[in-house]
Amino acid sequence: MIAHLPALQVVIPLISAPLCALLPAGRAVWLTAVSTSWLAFLIAVLLLNQVLAHGPVSYLMGSWPAPWGIEYRVDVLNAYVLLIVAMIGAIVMTFGRLIVERRIRLPEHKQPWFYTAYMLCLTGLLGITITGDAFNVFVFLEISSLSSYVLISIGRDRRALTAAYQYLIMGTIGATFILIGIGLLYVMTGTLNMGDLAARIPAVADTRTVHAAFAFLTVGVSLKLALFPLHLWLPNAYAYAPSAVTAFLAATATKVAVYVLLRFFFTVFGAGFSFETMELDRILLPLALVGIFSASVVAVFQTNVKRMLAYSSVAQIGYMILGISLVSVTGLTASISHLFNHALMKGTLFMALGCVSFRVGAAKLERMAGIGRTMPWTMGAFMIGGLSLIGVPLTAGFVSKWYLVVGALEKGWWPVAVLVLITSLLAVIYVWRVVEAAYFKPAPEGQIVREAPLALLVPAWTLALANLYFGLDTSLNVGVAQQAAEMLLGVSQ
Amino acid sequence: MNAEATLPLALFIPLLSALLIAANDERPDWREGVTLLASMLLLGVVLSLLPAVLAGARPTVDLFQFVPGLSLRLSVEPLGMAFACVAALLWPLNSLYSIGYMRGNQEQHQTRFYVCFAIAITGAIGIAFAGNLLTLFIFYEALTFSTYPLVTHKGTPEAMRAGRLYLGILLGTSIGFLLLAIVWTWSVAGTLDFAPGGILAGKVEGPAVAVLLALYMFGIGKAALMPFHRWLPAAMVAPTPVSALLHAVAVVKAGVFAVMKVTVYVFGIDFLSATGSSQWLLWVAALTVLLASFVALTQDNLKARLAYSTISQLGYVVLGAALATSMGVIGGSMQIVMHAMGKITLFFCAGAIYTATHKTEISQLDGLGRVMPFTFGAFLIGSLSIVGLPPLGGSWSKWYLLAGTADAGQWAMMAVLLISSLLNVAYLLPVAARGFFVPGLADGPAVDDAPAAIREAPLACVVPPCLTALGCLLLFFFADGLYALLAPIAAR
Repeated sequence: MIAHLPALQVVIPLISAPLCALLPAGRAVWLTAVSTSWLAFLIAVLLLNQVLAHGPVSYLMGSWPAPWGIEYRVDVLNAYVLLIVAMIGAIVMTFGRLIVERRIRLPEHKQPWFYTAYMLCLTGLLGITITGDAFNVFVFLEISSLSSYVLISIGRDRRALTAAYQYLIMGTIGATFILIGIGLLYVMTGTLNMGDLAARIPAVADTRTVHAAFAFLTVGVSLKLALFPLHLWLPNAYAYAPSAVTAFLAATATKVAVYVLLRFFFTVFGAGFSFETMELDRILLPLALVGIFSASVVAVFQTNVKRMLAYSSVAQIGYMILGISLVSVTGLTASISHLFNHALMKGTLFMALGCVSFRVGAAKLERMAGIGRTMPWTMGAFMIGGLSLIGVPLTAGFVSKWYLVVGALEKGWWPVAVLVLITSLLAVIYVWRVVEAAYFKPAPEGQIVREAPLALLVPAWTLALANLYFGLDTSLNVGVAQQAAEMLLGVSQ
Repeated sequence: MNAEATLPLALFIPLLSALLIAANDERPDWREGVTLLASMLLLGVVLSLLPAVLAGARPTVDLFQFVPGLSLRLSVEPLGMAFACVAALLWPLNSLYSIGYMRGNQEQHQTRFYVCFAIAITGAIGIAFAGNLLTLFIFYEALTFSTYPLVTHKGTPEAMRAGRLYLGILLGTSIGFLLLAIVWTWSVAGTLDFAPGGILAGKVEGPAVAVLLALYMFGIGKAALMPFHRWLPAAMVAPTPVSALLHAVAVVKAGVFAVMKVTVYVFGIDFLSATGSSQWLLWVAALTVLLASFVALTQDNLKARLAYSTISQLGYVVLGAALATSMGVIGGSMQIVMHAMGKITLFFCAGAIYTATHKTEISQLDGLGRVMPFTFGAFLIGSLSIVGLPPLGGSWSKWYLLAGTADAGQWAMMAVLLISSLLNVAYLLPVAARGFFVPGLADGPAVDDAPAAIREAPLACVVPPCLTALGCLLLFFFADGLYALLAPIAAR
């Protein structure tokens, strides 16, 4: 059993997807999805433990030997990302039942399809992360993307349809670019196994084909992770998707894309090729900085809170890319730990917003007037997530910001450090607009709002408390991230 | 119980009391009983640490470790001990006063008020006992956030605007400058622990020292160094007990305390005086002292005048730190204690006047002194202590600061201090004088409707200022104890 964990990680959610489609609407289908996703989380925990104790795990699909068959390869980095995806997947699924029953545009008999799409999306994201095969990355990417288009389109607001369509177009372009990149690499090296690619690329690294492959992959993945200026699909998609979907995608999909970027830059092409030959950091750094700054400014002016947080996500992705462009252990540690921390804070925030829209209809600023008093627990969770987003000490958000600033100062990049801190202040502004509306504006006449049901509050608070816990005990979110960073840069401890 | 075991209690007691207060939302008597009990317990715990610290012990506790070399660390040294004593001593008095004030004025959301207050005290004690810069920063931010609901307590648009300014300046400076300075220190020194003699000597050179010092000094926005002082007058929209304990004692003193701590234990006064990097700071502090005094002269609102007076008096502490001499540091540290005692008296009185008469402007106070003799008497004593006249505590801090300027040969600074004392006389004494000597509404032949109703405020509002006024007097006679406590920090 233990030996087959890598396969089970993907196969279990994959099997449960059609199972969900077959079940009738009601508790049973939700219970199936929830138990599957918690099982996936358990497997991710076991895998991470195994990797931390015994080093990387290699699993040969169907026992076909490595360069020919598909190899699943789990090292510290992807075990860590698997944990993030599976954790958020499980918590959001627990959260999702009431949202599915009341807040999506599907008639009741079609509701099981939501769970099918969700399970497929989870399968895809876990698959991208765990596989050691470049083409397999593309396959799982398509699985997760197609299912996420579906998930977004069933938002209650009809604009969800156009948002999903927009994402479909952009996502397909991105996936095509990735496929072209992988194809070019295959032409040059005759292999699709990542380890094998890494061994063979140096011999052909000076060819235009490999350079082109690198460019296609970079642009394609950047589209998927919504790197500025390729982020235009994201705000609409996040704003109009059902809140459970937004919480899940915001906390996982872009993280997985960042992981793919890391995997290709550092493992497949190698840091030397990516950052010395191709000088990628020169491109990533300005894009990250402009992205952080402009998206934060735009977020300040949003009145739809979900949309505001979506722009904030674009800024936060900028922080991750900024950490990568520092090309140092500290910078990468900041990036990788921010994958985890950002998943915690955005998961909390979007789930809290889910509670809000469950009661008041939409997560608009004017609708949130006065709910600080009527929904104290919901807004409490929102506050914790917001403080973490700002990067207040004792929250998870502070930890990654700390490493990012330390990393920038190590390089002597003063303006970068200052910009990171200034944009934290912009986060104060947009978070505080919500706080003022919720706590100081009087509730509209005649509006009777009750606290959200426990089924929604418990998952939201679980993540909120995780924000606090991982702000104190950083052995997981920083300790493991640091090991992963050292592994990527080939620095021995 | 030994000091190491007691130390975490100092944080735990106010934090736990916040939970208990929240749990007793429906029972005001219990809620306020918890506040009083917790404040007495905290005082007991803090005082129990005093003998060990006087004997030279430096109890240190690592609550847990963030990363190797960086922990949430509590450590008691003389300066922090003095600050903690002030905060712990004044919290019970202030609680008593709050009960009188909040009930007397029938304020809303009283439970939230007491909860935030207890958390703010936790923050202040955490700052006092912080063993490294990160711990200090954490509690510093906790103090900012926990006092925000207190500032905006009234919930009016004016209070919201003030709250924005409050949060904007305090967070802006702390994240923009202070955090940057701390990360910078971490990256050059490899440690953030407070150590006697500093941790930066030899690690930073040239103009960078002055730049880093500037990041710290302006980053600690709570010290209200100009031009980052606007939050303090804005915070005066808060109920008066908040202005009294937080914006005359805990918050602002946390600011100047952090300034002192950074000067003494991060830079080290020898390092500063050897490099001369704090020269510019002297002038900024002097400017703050004088300008704020002039602004105070123009204010008619009593609390606004006291707020500007606070800004000016905080400048003294920064000036003492910037002198980078033993006397300057001791004088500045004493000023933290002396000014706290004096200023809280003045705010208590301002609140008592408001509770009794609902008057907020100085020009309305004519003749009130004769119907409210205790309140105005305490106000007079507090004023004289802040001016620095014997036999009141304030005279000692002024004395050591003057000695410090002489030691450093900073004659201009000595002149600044003397001029400022005169300005203090000019803006503080007229308040009490109006009350006692100017004939006003409260006098005999005037129409006998409203004025006849004016009496002293409720007992809970009058006793605390009388006690703190007495404290000002006692501090004059027992200042040697304070000196003995503080002397080790300036030892070379």
